[in-house]
Amino acid sequence: MSDDGRVGIVLVSHSAAVAESVAELAKGLAGSGDTVAVAPAGGTAGGDLGTSAELISAAAASVDRGAGVAVLTDLGSAVLTVKTLLAEGDELPEHTRLVDAPFVEGAVAAVVTASTGADLAAVEAAAAEAYTYRKT
Amino acid sequence: MLDADFFRRWMTAAAASVDREADRLTALDSPIGDADHGSNLQRGFRAVRDALDKEPPATPGAVLTQAGRLLISTVGGASGPLYGTLLRRAGKSLGDAAEVDERQLAEALRAGTDAVMQLGGAAPGDKTMIDALVPAVDALGDSFAAARDAAERGAVATTPLQARKGRASYLGERSIGHQDPGATSSALLIAALLDASGPEAGRE
Repeated sequence: MSDDGRVGIVLVSHSAAVAESVAELAKGLAGSGDTVAVAPAGGTAGGDLGTSAELISAAAASVDRGAGVAVLTDLGSAVLTVKTLLAEGDELPEHTRLVDAPFVEGAVAAVVTASTGADLAAVEAAAAEAYTYRKT
Repeated sequence: MLDADFFRRWMTAAAASVDREADRLTALDSPIGDADHGSNLQRGFRAVRDALDKEPPATPGAVLTQAGRLLISTVGGASGPLYGTLLRRAGKSLGDAAEVDERQLAEALRAGTDAVMQLGGAAPGDKTMIDALVPAVDALGDSFAAARDAAERGAVATTPLQARKGRASYLGERSIGHQDPGATSSALLIAALLDASGPEAGRE
């Protein structure tokens, strides 16, 4: 597979539409075709606004290519659920990290960086660096 | 001594209490939250009750660990990981013992409460579930009734506070004057200990 060895990206939002749209946006702006596995995990399993531990675990498993998984979240329960899953140790793939980054800008930076074949630390740093970009 | 069945009864009593108070929890969550606290916890504790009824775990620690996992996977809001962490950490702290005493339960809930504070970054006075749990754990050494009273007082005392964590914190001063839904549900969880210990314990 062409994406072997690349860091996978999971986008967790309270809204399925937001998670899916940001995944599309990041992939589109990265212009890297399908070289990076990006999976949205938005809303609850029932389709409501909220966070689903199961959707997050499934998304992380689906993008794991052995090089680690970077998880970006919006707020509140999305953050707390990922942290809780990471605390347990067996519910997410090995080398999964919650990345402290702005959701949209961080997702774009993460996908672009992952598409270059960069490692998880570099993907995390690029996403976090998106916080430093000021708009005014 | 408290055996696995006591802990199962505690979770069942908590589920019944959340069922009974779900509308009130959601009403409290309407002015300062997103009006889903009652229904979220109801979904979570029903899942816990059903799973424990179907296949009761053998030890107190296993009951709480499984209950925590289920809350994390079914609630869908911030209360899932928070209550899930409380119970899961408490369960781990109890280890594999077939029976535990009240002091061990208090220590386990303290470990769970500390884990919740670490996860959410909340401290006492931030208008969160911590404001009910910390005084309850402190009083648990005396009796379940004392813990229940302390938790209820702690929940009521959140009303004049300004929220510093979670969605309510975005409201700033407008969060003042509302009792915190998380502290209220935490008081229900602690009160359920007394229900689980039977009517004779309630007369203490």
